[in-house]
Amino acid sequence: MGVQIFHDSESDRAFRPGWATRRVVIYGVLILWAFICLFPIYWTLSTTFKAAPDVMKGNLIPWVDFVPKWLGLRSLGLSPETIFAESTVREEFLKRFWNSAIVAIGSSTIAVVLGSCAAYGLSRFSYRFGFMRNGDISFFFISQLILPPVVLALPFLVLYKELALLDTRIGLIALYALTVLPIVIWIMRDHFGSIPVELEEAALVDGYTIWGAFLTIILPIALPGMVAAFIISLVLTWNEYFFAALLTASNAKTLPVMVASQTGSQGIAWWSMAALSLAAILPLVIIGILLERFIIKGMAAGAVK
Amino acid sequence: MSTAEGDFLHVVTADRVSDSRRRFGKTITWGSAGLLAGVTLLQIFHHYGFIDVGLENWRPALYAYLVWAVCLCYSRVLLYGEHGKRALFVLPAVLFVVSMVIFPLIFAVGIAFSSWNLSSPDGRQFNGLDNLRQMWTDPFYWNALRNMVLYTLAIAVEYAIAFGLALLLNAQIRARKFFRVAFLMPLMLSPVAVSWMIGKSMLEVRFGPVSRLARELGWDSPSFFSSPEVARLTIMVIDAWMFIPFMMIMILAGLQAIPRELHEAAEVDGAPAWKRFWEITFPLMLPVSITAILIRIIFKLKLADIIINVTAGGPGGATDSVTSFIFREYRDRSNVGYGTLLAIVYLVLIVIALTILMKLADRWMRPRY
Repeated sequence: MGVQIFHDSESDRAFRPGWATRRVVIYGVLILWAFICLFPIYWTLSTTFKAAPDVMKGNLIPWVDFVPKWLGLRSLGLSPETIFAESTVREEFLKRFWNSAIVAIGSSTIAVVLGSCAAYGLSRFSYRFGFMRNGDISFFFISQLILPPVVLALPFLVLYKELALLDTRIGLIALYALTVLPIVIWIMRDHFGSIPVELEEAALVDGYTIWGAFLTIILPIALPGMVAAFIISLVLTWNEYFFAALLTASNAKTLPVMVASQTGSQGIAWWSMAALSLAAILPLVIIGILLERFIIKGMAAGAVK
Repeated sequence: MSTAEGDFLHVVTADRVSDSRRRFGKTITWGSAGLLAGVTLLQIFHHYGFIDVGLENWRPALYAYLVWAVCLCYSRVLLYGEHGKRALFVLPAVLFVVSMVIFPLIFAVGIAFSSWNLSSPDGRQFNGLDNLRQMWTDPFYWNALRNMVLYTLAIAVEYAIAFGLALLLNAQIRARKFFRVAFLMPLMLSPVAVSWMIGKSMLEVRFGPVSRLARELGWDSPSFFSSPEVARLTIMVIDAWMFIPFMMIMILAGLQAIPRELHEAAEVDGAPAWKRFWEITFPLMLPVSITAILIRIIFKLKLADIIINVTAGGPGGATDSVTSFIFREYRDRSNVGYGTLLAIVYLVLIVIALTILMKLADRWMRPRY
């Protein structure tokens, strides 16, 4: 055979080991950060099943370091022995859980309905309210994001007291809907902007009314965006603590307030706190795993123009 | 709003709005407005004790407002036909926001210049500029404001980490979805639960896993909340842990939108990796970065939940954010007036700072490439 004419140059041959180390570094950093992100969740999960000595010794791996016990769930009345028995703790816990769920879902729904309509209108028609045109109206909505909750908190405390809305779920729902509305409008405006106007023009020629075209043609197309906005609202409202701590006392108390009210006692009942915290994060962890792509879509709105 | 006039949907409809319909529309608008005014007036008289109509709370005024809002929306359709139906897209949201923000804000300004202890029977007492004077000499409020500046500066580090992670996620890697979900997780968690999970449990001095690790690494007596500097740093780290995913995802979206050809062209030209980053990726990412940082700053300025639950402002108010300080101020003294004044001063400062920042950002965002 002939003599090899083409040789790999020096730099090409040096490239392979460099490539391998880069891979190792990349995966190393990725795994390290994934560990940092997930370890607190694992710690909470495992502490739920630990007795006090196991916590003190810092045992981490179940069945190797320590024997899992039902302590955490028993403290909420949810362990196998207690689940069919009467339990005041469980009732209290479930009440808080439902409050959180109803408030989060209710306010997110209101925000998505109001916000989608407003964003659609602003992306399609020209308005004039006094001196305000479309751009100003959009800015008015989105600028609400800047408003820190503390500015509204104390006035609302007084107003709700006068309106007998203190410690009611409907009061919280209205307030939460307000806090997430700018985010919904931000996401949906972006989304409607990417849907061509020709679609509605065709629908209108076919004899649809404006609202008919919006409801039957545009909404189905915009549904992914609405789901994204809804989930992000859900995350923010489910986790909200500040307003709930100020405006609720017993009736409408939400889960975060319940968790917070237990932390103060510096209790030795690690497992019970862990179980409560777990209950507070679990719904969103599941949503995060299943619907991750919607969340990313929602948060990326406005990032790419 | 960048949409040019030409992008709008133009609808031409021939609406024949009869005189009786127009009259009816006007009647319900003004009728319900009259109802609202009447009920409100009645309530005010009742409140100040001129007349007694046996009203326990202000609910009737709320209902009258709702009736008025519905009538206003309905009358748009009655008066302007198809054209009026457009207003229905925006009007409900506007009415909602105005009633929930503008009205309470005006109310807040009123409260801010009074001393009002909710638990005392005296009710509201106008005290002029006393609150403002008290604020001027309140070292804890100024300390909280300074803390907010420090907390906001920490965003620079968060941004660097988020950018690095986004670059890694954008590289050719396996199990990308797993890493994306894992990195996203902290953002989904409730701040209160995180306060317990990390702040109270993992950072526990005796047996928290982080303290153990710190001891292994040679820090003899790790304590995360005893000295002001360390406590502040700990709060920053916990908050960063929760919010880095947010910036990471925005930056990742931006990175994925950069056309591949640009990198390939630079690679062919023989530009080394770091140069490709600084000369292509980073400048192209500038608009996205600025948006992400601005939104992050806005969220950072609301920081409170972690501080309230982990340190309660301690040690000695060293970790207080403005929000957590006002929260405790209200909890301890239940004085609505002073707290509201502090909040309004904070709002004014935020609006000024963000306006300047947005003007600057606007200048930087103008493309230079």
